[in-house]
Amino acid sequence: MKKEKKMTLTLPKEEYVGSGNLACQGCGANLAMRYVLKALGPRTVLCFPACCWSVIDGPFPHSCLSVPIFHCAFETAASSATGVKAGLEMIGDTQTTVVAWAGDGGTFDIGLQALSGAAERNDDIIYVCYDNEAYMNTGIQRSSATPYGAWTTTTPVKFFKDQPKKDIDAIMAAHRIPYQATASIAYPEDLVRKVKKAKDIRGTRFFHIYAPCPTGWKSRPEDAVKLARMVVQNGVFPLYEIEHGEKYTLNIKIKDKKPINDYLKLQGRFRHLTEDQIKPMQEEVDRNWTRLLKKCEEN
Amino acid sequence: MKKVIMGNHALSYGAMLARSQVIAAYPITPQTQVVELLSEMCADGTLNAKFIKVESEHSAMAACLGASLAGARTFTATSAQGLALMHEMLHWASGGRMPVVMGNINRSMAPGWSIWSDQNDSLSQRDTGWMQYYCASNQEVVDTVIQAFKVSEALAIPSMVILDAFALSHTYEVVDIPDQAKVDSFLPSFKPPFRLTPDDPHAFGGLTGPENYFELRYKLQKDMEKAPALIEETGREYERIFGRYLGLVEEYRSDDAEIILITSGTAGYTARVAVDMMRQKGVKVGNLRIKTFRPFPFDHCRRILTKAAKVAVVDRNISYGHHGIFAQEVKSALYGTASKVPVFSFIAGLGGRDITPSSFQEVVNYTLRHDKPEDDILWIGVKR
Repeated sequence: MKKEKKMTLTLPKEEYVGSGNLACQGCGANLAMRYVLKALGPRTVLCFPACCWSVIDGPFPHSCLSVPIFHCAFETAASSATGVKAGLEMIGDTQTTVVAWAGDGGTFDIGLQALSGAAERNDDIIYVCYDNEAYMNTGIQRSSATPYGAWTTTTPVKFFKDQPKKDIDAIMAAHRIPYQATASIAYPEDLVRKVKKAKDIRGTRFFHIYAPCPTGWKSRPEDAVKLARMVVQNGVFPLYEIEHGEKYTLNIKIKDKKPINDYLKLQGRFRHLTEDQIKPMQEEVDRNWTRLLKKCEEN
Repeated sequence: MKKVIMGNHALSYGAMLARSQVIAAYPITPQTQVVELLSEMCADGTLNAKFIKVESEHSAMAACLGASLAGARTFTATSAQGLALMHEMLHWASGGRMPVVMGNINRSMAPGWSIWSDQNDSLSQRDTGWMQYYCASNQEVVDTVIQAFKVSEALAIPSMVILDAFALSHTYEVVDIPDQAKVDSFLPSFKPPFRLTPDDPHAFGGLTGPENYFELRYKLQKDMEKAPALIEETGREYERIFGRYLGLVEEYRSDDAEIILITSGTAGYTARVAVDMMRQKGVKVGNLRIKTFRPFPFDHCRRILTKAAKVAVVDRNISYGHHGIFAQEVKSALYGTASKVPVFSFIAGLGGRDITPSSFQEVVNYTLRHDKPEDDILWIGVKR
């Protein structure tokens, strides 16, 4: 008799993100939300500053999420979340997880002051930055999260972005917050595990989630998860966690670190780059990778 | 219980007696004592509230709004540059119908740096959808904060309680501190009809198309229109319990006045001194102190001012390219009435220059001598 094969779910089966929302095809931010809410569960409040998710959720009176949302001002994700947490506690709700959910523009740029303030105070919130590496909601303008070499509508090919991506994770580590982690939508088990871990920690917790944007990256929607995997495998966006700004742990080990060329080739935003221009980019990735490994080994 | 306290502490006492639950604030001269005392009250348990020491005024208001939406009574205080930095969030508060109460110490806007009083900071926020109360005594500050919460929460519209820098903020006066139990019965705990909770999940403030946005603003205006009557009704209720009435305006010897001085803030009490002095000389002059700029007491202005022969508005503010801001409102109130009463627009005391009884004497003397103003703006005490 043939043995019946059983599928084992590696992620919580509950869904909090409804179908038919306004995300583009292949949107990484949509998957990021789906996984984070699976980890956090229904007693969650979200604060959205201006970002793709303030549109994805749907216009008034619609919402694709089954948790409450405070649509807040662009630069106030962290400070709004801090206020919500304080307000809930004062009316006797100490159990609800309050999440600031912002894009890279709202985190790396305009919301950085409020984020730093909340982190320094160690306010009891989870801050999630879904990073699609530019102002995608306004139509692909460069942010300080845009990587070196990338085309955007404000960094045309002739003057592509010639500064490296801001190291937001190092900035957050410098605040000595109890927990922070990078994550990728291509590694949902890793993401869910870390969010669950963070849920039980008090104080400011920070997630930096790599969320491909096929629309803005000029890549194929069906490559979104592939790109999110490649970026981990080539060491451009390694997955690790930091406790109290000091204890680094590499979550996804890489046996055979891939060169960045294949990753760049799948994205129209890097199409203009020559081999000579890619070479220093590869060297930068290698340097960062070595530095990270060293920090992880120090533990 | 009577206490001698400074104006800034009167704000703190008001916020404490109202049982504010979340306070988020950032220091700015001349507001600092408001939040210093509140942080002490939170620390020693006098006030059961969370005090969030934010890194900017912008974050202060953002945190207040988050807390308010979560269902907590929230208070903050600021001044001038801080208020200007909050500007975006002021729209968020009223548009989101979050009844935050905020103290603002009237300080002149830089540059040049000035910590002294004029009203251009708060009046620049005219169209943000906040109610604005201008206070003239420390007693009025305490009473106004408590009443402002009641009115704000009933209408879901935020309130600004405004004090002149130093002339009120740092001046010590005897204040009858209302009894907490009586305040509790006057102002029950904050119970908004909707709030941010996983028990009843909703999205607040999301993308709103032309088919809905207009109605949200219409409703805000319709509720603001209820404010004048509600402020007076709330004032009468407060008077029954505490013996002091707030209301929209305060008249002083205006019944038979031929010239009515219009003032706001502490200048209103200085004007009284001038009124008494002029009356001794036989000049029939009175004072109308406007306590609420938004809602503006249009009906009161019409009723009171149309009896006078001349109206002299003394503004500690200016709308560049036009004239004094209260004067604009007064003219607007009188438009369409049968009255041809001339409105003289005086500007005095910008940047904290003192407005003294002799300033008002100068105003009255000019107004007596002229059938109508010679200029759109009549400057008092400016060096030319």
